[in-house]
Amino acid sequence: MTTRIVELRRGILKKNDELAAGLRDRFTAANVLVLNLVSSPGTGKTAFLERTLRELLAQGSRAAALVGDLETDNDARRLAASGAPVRQINTHGICHLEAEMVGKHLDGWELAALDYLFIENVGNLVCPSSYDLGEKIRVALLSVTEGEDKPLKYPTLFNSADAAVITKMDIAEAVGFDREAALRNINEIRPGIRIFETSAKTGAGLAEWLGYLQEQGANHAGS
Amino acid sequence: MHELSLVSSIVDSVTESLARYPGARVIEVRLRVGALAAVIEDSLQFCYGIATEGTPLAGSALVVKTLPVVVHCSRCNVDGAIESVQSFRCPHCGELTMDVRQGREMEIEAIEIEEAEVGG
Repeated sequence: MTTRIVELRRGILKKNDELAAGLRDRFTAANVLVLNLVSSPGTGKTAFLERTLRELLAQGSRAAALVGDLETDNDARRLAASGAPVRQINTHGICHLEAEMVGKHLDGWELAALDYLFIENVGNLVCPSSYDLGEKIRVALLSVTEGEDKPLKYPTLFNSADAAVITKMDIAEAVGFDREAALRNINEIRPGIRIFETSAKTGAGLAEWLGYLQEQGANHAGS
Repeated sequence: MHELSLVSSIVDSVTESLARYPGARVIEVRLRVGALAAVIEDSLQFCYGIATEGTPLAGSALVVKTLPVVVHCSRCNVDGAIESVQSFRCPHCGELTMDVRQGREMEIEAIEIEEAEVGG
């Protein structure tokens, strides 16, 4: 018996990374801006997305959403009320979305007919950070009720985000939200990141967010 | 808790690479995992024992090498390891930096195998 060392140098998530790269090529070819929304359960991703979809449709943009949950199609039904095409991905116990699940749920959709595609990840601040879905922009969301130190507790996700959204700003005062601390903590983990302070209820911060989407979409078209 | 998914990918990758070494038994699998990869080694080890059962990897050891997070500072123009992932600052001058050069890796570096004897 002889032993031998075989060098592999292979990414553990190579398969997912390859599928994600394929999706990214498709999204770029179709000129659709794809965003991956990640947060804890209860941050208000769905309410934020619902409002975003309504505003985009009202301004004449074409937007669609894929929404990931362990079970139920409640979120897809909620989001579909905005008038945008929406599909639910049920992961049946898996704590994050993978590129393969996204790819499967795009069947029959004409990507070139879309300006924006939002992928609402499963509520989880840990596992989704490892899985590339082919998105151009990863958005980390945080609500004012969650504690200002959340970025410090989940640096992997916040460090890999391209934009941060603070939700439920309408109740910030009532829950004693320390805005300065939250902004400082996000900046400590991901210096220079764009931060949007929003409320899906009052519409606060939405104009700025929509402006950002438009700007990123335009960059996308140019790239 | 995505460690079971990770371990399943490891088992698939290693099994695939064994095609070139028929009858070989895996003794050790060596990983390189960045400190920013959000992988818990204890969970990985726990899942590894379960996921390798009945595969050519059964009974093998999983060795995890953790890589520190290294950032690049444009002011100092040097790379440096950060002490804590709670603060992405240059270890020399303290400037914030978003240029992460190492720390997100999740890689199977190598495997140690015992080859079957030819004609034996």
